[in-house]
Amino acid sequence: MDFISNHAVLVVSLIKIAVLLFVVMTALAYLTWFERKVVARIQSRWGPYYVGAHGLLQPLADGLKFLFKEDLTPPMSDRFVYTLAPFLALSLALTALALIPFGPPDVTVFHQPVFVVSNSNIGLLFLFAITSIGVYGVALAGWSSNSKYPLLGGLRSSAQMISYEVSLTLSVVGVLLLAGSFSFNGIIERQGGNLGHWNVWPQIVGFLCYITAAVAETNRIPFDLPEAETELVAGFHTEYSSFKFAMFFMAEYANMLTVSCLATILFFGGWLSPFPASWTWQLYLPGAGLFALGIYCLYDTGTKLRGIAQLQMAVVTLLCLGGAVICLIPPVMPYVQGPFWFTTKVGAFIFFYVWLRGTLPRFRYDQLMSFGWKLLLPVSLANLVLTAFVILLVKR
Amino acid sequence: MNFPVILFFICGAIAVLGAILLIVAKEPIHSALSLILVMVSLAILYLLLGAEFIAAVQIIVYAGAIMVLFVFVIMLLNAGVEERTSFSKMAKYAGMPLAIFLLLEIAHWVWHASIGAKVANGAGAAGAAFSTRALSLELFQQYLFPFEATSILILIAILGALVLAKRSD
Amino acid sequence: MVPISYYLVLSGILFGLGVIAFTFKRNIITLFMAIELMLNAVNLALVAFARAWNQLDGLVFVFFVIVVAAAEAAVGLAIVITISQNRRSLNVEDVNLLKF
Repeated sequence: MDFISNHAVLVVSLIKIAVLLFVVMTALAYLTWFERKVVARIQSRWGPYYVGAHGLLQPLADGLKFLFKEDLTPPMSDRFVYTLAPFLALSLALTALALIPFGPPDVTVFHQPVFVVSNSNIGLLFLFAITSIGVYGVALAGWSSNSKYPLLGGLRSSAQMISYEVSLTLSVVGVLLLAGSFSFNGIIERQGGNLGHWNVWPQIVGFLCYITAAVAETNRIPFDLPEAETELVAGFHTEYSSFKFAMFFMAEYANMLTVSCLATILFFGGWLSPFPASWTWQLYLPGAGLFALGIYCLYDTGTKLRGIAQLQMAVVTLLCLGGAVICLIPPVMPYVQGPFWFTTKVGAFIFFYVWLRGTLPRFRYDQLMSFGWKLLLPVSLANLVLTAFVILLVKR
Repeated sequence: MNFPVILFFICGAIAVLGAILLIVAKEPIHSALSLILVMVSLAILYLLLGAEFIAAVQIIVYAGAIMVLFVFVIMLLNAGVEERTSFSKMAKYAGMPLAIFLLLEIAHWVWHASIGAKVANGAGAAGAAFSTRALSLELFQQYLFPFEATSILILIAILGALVLAKRSD
Repeated sequence: MVPISYYLVLSGILFGLGVIAFTFKRNIITLFMAIELMLNAVNLALVAFARAWNQLDGLVFVFFVIVVAAAEAAVGLAIVITISQNRRSLNVEDVNLLKF
């Protein structure tokens, strides 16, 4: 205990990092399940349902598949850079998640905030720095594969990423002007109150620019020409197999997660609840939501499934109901609010991302680049100038 | 031997290692990667000195845009293994010792300068003076004319790069 | 904490290594990278001095150095591409038409 309180920063940070890594890796795995299910339902089919109840063990099967595949290195490729690229992509994507606050900063353990790994007051700037180095993972992967499709895919993909990065950064500066601080907690606190105070209302243009630039930055449909199968085999990760491909895969989903978290923090109030604080019934919402989910899983277990799937669904039901009970214990109840709202909003954004994937066709590369430079960049700049002008007028 | 000094030595060693790798590497892409390593370690040193905005600008602009430009050009020109031409004898036997002597001379006089005794308090009461707000006030009030001139310079550079890199057919 | 002279010595070492790299490398792009290394060493010295005197002018100077380095890299690499297409080689010794 003494050791811990003397070295509180180190010990608590290590524990937080371990917990965050575990939660994020599981979330990434189940994000793939979620995406496959939702895209399948949009396309009028079932998606994975065979491996485990409702396909819930599919990510486990995929992970094992990635581990057992043969790990080839193309001949005459630059071996050091070839191995470095996926590590760089994944480690940068995961580092960005260390800055995200999942809940209020005043919940502390040994004077260290619990809900954020690194509570820095230049959090936003640092996040942009990490995003801008993320280009190297893609460019180096394309180059080191020593093959024409990856090289083309890598160059196109990194050109797209650096083009949309400018619009991404500019569309956020409006929020910065309103908040007056780079730290995430400052930005979130400025949106306190209720739904009407969120940044999305004054900055609706900025939000739309941000979402477009973010989808382009993470190489997702409709901006995923550099890794489309019909165009470039698989783009920059053509020559990668087994675990290195899994790292690129995870890095893409982690980027998607980071961008969604950033959208909720900057525009939708982060871990704040949309209802005013005086409505105390909202404290029961996490418990009620988990309880409803548990009842649905119970119904599923009871009626639709047989055999081992029934057993697995029973486990899921017990977990949901257990979670609901924990959320409703009075000492725990206020602490669950922040993460609950944050997770809900991030989940809504991820659903939006997957919805886009299932619905839209992809842009051609020249359409993509001209859209980024000729439309999105001037609109973000205009938004910034207009915001600054309005703030100047109002402050007078 | 507190934490800032240890961090300084680690980042300084990584920076010097990156610079030596830049000299020693056979392929330009490895030199580019080691220069990126130098820039990132310098960004950490700027954070130690309390200049957080400059550290972020260093990574976003220098390591994240300028070096990407270098890496693109290396990929496009397919710059392969560097040729080993024979140096002139003068360069090898007189140049290298003189260069190392320059290095040690700079280090010696810097070490004994009187400014050296000042200690950098990166994260203290003085650290607030380097906030982004103060820096931007200085930039836009006192240094407004160089700022505008630099923006015209960037415009000229964009035009120059476009004209030079255009195909002549 | 850390005395300023440590930062200045590191800056001097990096500058010296940049000079060595500039003198002994043959590829044009690597020469460019040596120039960027020297500029980075100077930036470190400027930021160290800004902290030593607690003034912001050093940081503004660093800002402008970074911006000018970006402009210079853009134009310089465009020139490099043109030269390499004309002389078919990236070796700086092959650009010797004006040699006496």
